[in-house]
Amino acid sequence: MKRAGFDNIWLPVALLLPQLMIIAIFFYWPAGWALQSSFFLQDPFGFGSTYVGAENYTSLLGNDQYKRIAWFTVVFSVLVTFFSLAIALLLAVKADKVLRGARTYRTLLMWVYAIAPPVAGFLGILFFDQSTGPLTKFFQMFGWDFKLGVDYNATATAMVIVAVWKQIPVNFIFFLSGLQSIPRSVREAAMIDNRSATGRFWQVTFPLLAPTAFFLLIINITYALFDTFGIIDALMKGEPGNNPMTLVYKVYIDGFRGNDLGGSSAQSVVLMALVLILTVFQFRLLERRIHYT
Amino acid sequence: MADTTLETPAVIPHRRKIRWGTVGDHAVLILGSLLMILPPLLALTTASHDAVTIHREGLQLTLGDDLGKNFHAAMFEKGGFTQTVDGMLMLMNSFILGVGFAVGKIVISMMAAYAIVYFRLRFATLAFWIIFTTLLLPLEVRILPSYEAIQKLGLTNTYTGLIVPLIASATGTFFFRQFFMSVPEELAEAARIDGAGPWKFFVDILVPLSQTMIAAIFIIMFVFGWNQYLWPTLITTDESFFTLVRGIKQIVLSYTDSQIPEHGQALALAIVAMIPPVVIVVFFQNWFVKGLTESDK
Repeated sequence: MKRAGFDNIWLPVALLLPQLMIIAIFFYWPAGWALQSSFFLQDPFGFGSTYVGAENYTSLLGNDQYKRIAWFTVVFSVLVTFFSLAIALLLAVKADKVLRGARTYRTLLMWVYAIAPPVAGFLGILFFDQSTGPLTKFFQMFGWDFKLGVDYNATATAMVIVAVWKQIPVNFIFFLSGLQSIPRSVREAAMIDNRSATGRFWQVTFPLLAPTAFFLLIINITYALFDTFGIIDALMKGEPGNNPMTLVYKVYIDGFRGNDLGGSSAQSVVLMALVLILTVFQFRLLERRIHYT
Repeated sequence: MADTTLETPAVIPHRRKIRWGTVGDHAVLILGSLLMILPPLLALTTASHDAVTIHREGLQLTLGDDLGKNFHAAMFEKGGFTQTVDGMLMLMNSFILGVGFAVGKIVISMMAAYAIVYFRLRFATLAFWIIFTTLLLPLEVRILPSYEAIQKLGLTNTYTGLIVPLIASATGTFFFRQFFMSVPEELAEAARIDGAGPWKFFVDILVPLSQTMIAAIFIIMFVFGWNQYLWPTLITTDESFFTLVRGIKQIVLSYTDSQIPEHGQALALAIVAMIPPVVIVVFFQNWFVKGLTESDK
């Protein structure tokens, strides 16, 4: 709050009211309801529900399919985060270095940010088309009979590739802005001390980029968990059957296709806990960042 | 060894020396740019061919004759993917969602941030935390209960049900709060001495001062709203409320189902879904980058 604040009472209340009401109706009510219904078992025909305690949770954690999906989510998030960060970092370092065409490169490398995930997924379908897709043919050269939507590993690979492609721009923008905020004097001092460009990068530039990288780590994990929904939905082409999916997709499938309200709510609560942990982690890092930079 | 001549080589020759390092840098950047451009570009060139060619041969590198025809059919003909709407209606719905979401979010979060930062309120901190907690749970996590809430309120297949629940998060408020905190104290003091009330100060001084920030947030929020997929998929079952991105689901289903061979039209519609957000991001990229990279602080 500002020192020189206004003393009016009703104006701030009126100003806050729309936001608080929207949040109460569309956030706290649903979230509380999810928490509550995660302890109930819904009758499949819609005739009320019975209190089952933590049963929804225990059956979730004992469920082999759920464990497999959780495992896929972890592998998917790690791969997407790693590759999109690595590629974006390489491109940002190069874009920061060149003098000619720097602005054009920046535009070309960031514009994919504006493409919606399901549209990216649709482009993926074209590239991984069974009979004509160029990437399908590419994998076939290595003797892999690539079948999108049929073969589990093929679908998973396509999901990772499209998700990485879609996330490169965000990481690129943040890395480039991080690189450009490194003071010129520091760069020049590093040039004097270390003739090797690679050495300079790992010993000076990279540590200075570390706060940006940590921040992006969280952003990317959140992206892989939640924002890839459209990509996954498009690439499995409406047939979840044997296809890989993330935990968020499973919430959707169980809640809307399977009508398993309690189970889906319990999954929501598990995800909420996961996001909570990530956020706490992020805040710890932000604190560190303020201390060190 | 201290080499004080930093960037210029020791000998300055008359002819230009090719620096292989720079060539390598450009090679990497060109490869990267191609990686980002080729997929949408191929979609565009392929959209200029007739359905049979696309079905038989897949992606096309060259431009065909049917570009105008496919786009026209996608935008103005009913049927194909959905039976009751054409591309123009979906385009309009996308704009309503994108602009409605961005404007709603900016207005509501600016007001809330102003109240939190500029008033001596006993519950200002409490209000801040109530709003801030929403950052913890993205809509995707609480999708089922949110849907049930909308259904109970009878808001399915309405623009209100489509837009307002998406606004229920703190990103905008948080951003404006940070910005207002960085505005000099003296401004409010001076305004008060001059006899300006809180409302006048807000409308005549703070809002004009925030113009750049508002523009940056608008771009980010418009793209975010335009690209929404899961929420519109659940909330709008009536085709006259479909957005372009929501329509992608229909496109994907028809594309994989070889019974409907309207591939050119499907691609055309997907390209139309990309154009507005891409144009905004490319043309206003300085604001956009500023808004994006400053929102994390």
